[in-house]
Amino acid sequence: MNKFLSLEGVAKVFALGGGKEYVAVQNIDLQIRENEIVSIIGHSGCGKSTLLNMIAGLDAHTSGGIYLTNKEIDGPGPERAVVFQNHSLLPWLTVYQNIEIAVKKVMGELSKEELKERVMKFVQMVNLDHAKDKYPGEISGGMKQRVGIARALSIKPKVLLMDEPFGALDSLTRANLQEHLMRIQQNVKNTVIIITHDIDEAVLLSDRVVMMTNGPAATIGEILEVKLERPRDRVALQSDPEYIRCREAILDFLYKKFAKEDE
Amino acid sequence: MRYAAVRRWLLPLLGAVVILAVWSSLAHHIESFPSPYDTYIQAFGGVNSNAEEITGVFSDPFYVANEDDKGIFWQILSSLERVFGGFALAILVGVPLGLMIGMSEVMFELFNPYIQIFKPVSPLAWLPLLLFVFQDINMTAIATIFITSIWPIIINTALGVRSVSQDYLNVARVLRFSPLEKVRKIILPVAVPFIFTGMRLSLGIAWLVIVAAEMLTGGIGIGFWIWNEYNSLNYHNIIIGIMIVGLIGFGLDIIIGRIADYFDYTKKGKR
Repeated sequence: MNKFLSLEGVAKVFALGGGKEYVAVQNIDLQIRENEIVSIIGHSGCGKSTLLNMIAGLDAHTSGGIYLTNKEIDGPGPERAVVFQNHSLLPWLTVYQNIEIAVKKVMGELSKEELKERVMKFVQMVNLDHAKDKYPGEISGGMKQRVGIARALSIKPKVLLMDEPFGALDSLTRANLQEHLMRIQQNVKNTVIIITHDIDEAVLLSDRVVMMTNGPAATIGEILEVKLERPRDRVALQSDPEYIRCREAILDFLYKKFAKEDE
Repeated sequence: MRYAAVRRWLLPLLGAVVILAVWSSLAHHIESFPSPYDTYIQAFGGVNSNAEEITGVFSDPFYVANEDDKGIFWQILSSLERVFGGFALAILVGVPLGLMIGMSEVMFELFNPYIQIFKPVSPLAWLPLLLFVFQDINMTAIATIFITSIWPIIINTALGVRSVSQDYLNVARVLRFSPLEKVRKIILPVAVPFIFTGMRLSLGIAWLVIVAAEMLTGGIGIGFWIWNEYNSLNYHNIIIGIMIVGLIGFGLDIIIGRIADYFDYTKKGKR
């Protein structure tokens, strides 16, 4: 198996006062192939965001190792771009400038023309030419998240990490963005990890779905292969036996095997 | 629309009428308290109620009789110079200090108790010490303004830094910004509106302080001028002085407010 991104025995333990500790996640073993899209799904509090932050390097893991192309991850870096749940655009910069600030920093060797060309390429990739000079406060939530995706992809990351990227959006906008993401992926292959709590989103977008048990001391419960051809059509999928099988497998995991009472 | 215009112009006018009525009644009941009319004549020249020909304060604001007797323009200018001297120093020292205190827990704990102790000290308490140190009127006035107006700048700058959201800092971490890039591209844009709020408060304090400082140090300046007019029994001019101080303070606040809005990203795109 091609070990592109590899998590080996990863755990996150928080020290509480008085010698006590809280185990958020433990025993995480996961191999992710290049250009694979993997969803991580689980109830809230299962440590899935913690897991993503550890891969991003924003949170340090307390044991085990995370390796990207055989190099151990130690702190954040642009080869692991993050699309944050709340988009995290800088409100004092325009759409164009929000992407430019990333490209400029990561690809400092570009000439002025090349820089502009690259920024515009990613502005166009998410169909935001018309809004490139607008400030984040002037555009819709879906558009902001598109800028977030463009900013993340513009720095040519090895892995794209998405932390509930569409969680804050209404369902129509969410579907629209999922289509966007699939189209982009169709043109340029990326390795993507998506944190989600939406079963349909997980099946629609992923090659594999990683299901997490409940916290504390959460870990990987099952991994599901989604054997659906691409491009995928969300309407046609509704009656596809493989789609239905995958959905049921996740439903079964989340609501039978690891149901959460207090939700 | 018409109602809004009425409110905008008529209500302040009504306020002026009330003030003039109270003033007139004071002038009527207190002996040698200047009436609004005589004060107006004293300011702009003309013939007053005692049929005296008066040269107004503003008739020749630029005159220079000698070192100790100059027109109102020079008095105001000299006060403004001191205010901006002390204010500029306060910004120069206060902003970097505030940035450090906002970014570092250690710096915060090191300085915070002393900020809290020195902040409420009256400028009049600093003045004798500073006069003794500098032995110079100008330096003393500037230093007094510096030391009393620096606190809001430090406090608001630090507050601005602390209000930078972790999300923006995470963006900086993923892009591997250097500490300097982090300050310049993430922290400053967020902190600037706060810094300007501090500067606005600070300039207000500076303008309050200058009048008191100049009354004590003497020489030249609007504060000294008002005190001098009191000693010369020119009560009209005290009232004129109060109005000058008020109007200039109001003007300064508007100007710095405009500048603050220009640099405030939350007002971008809405301009």
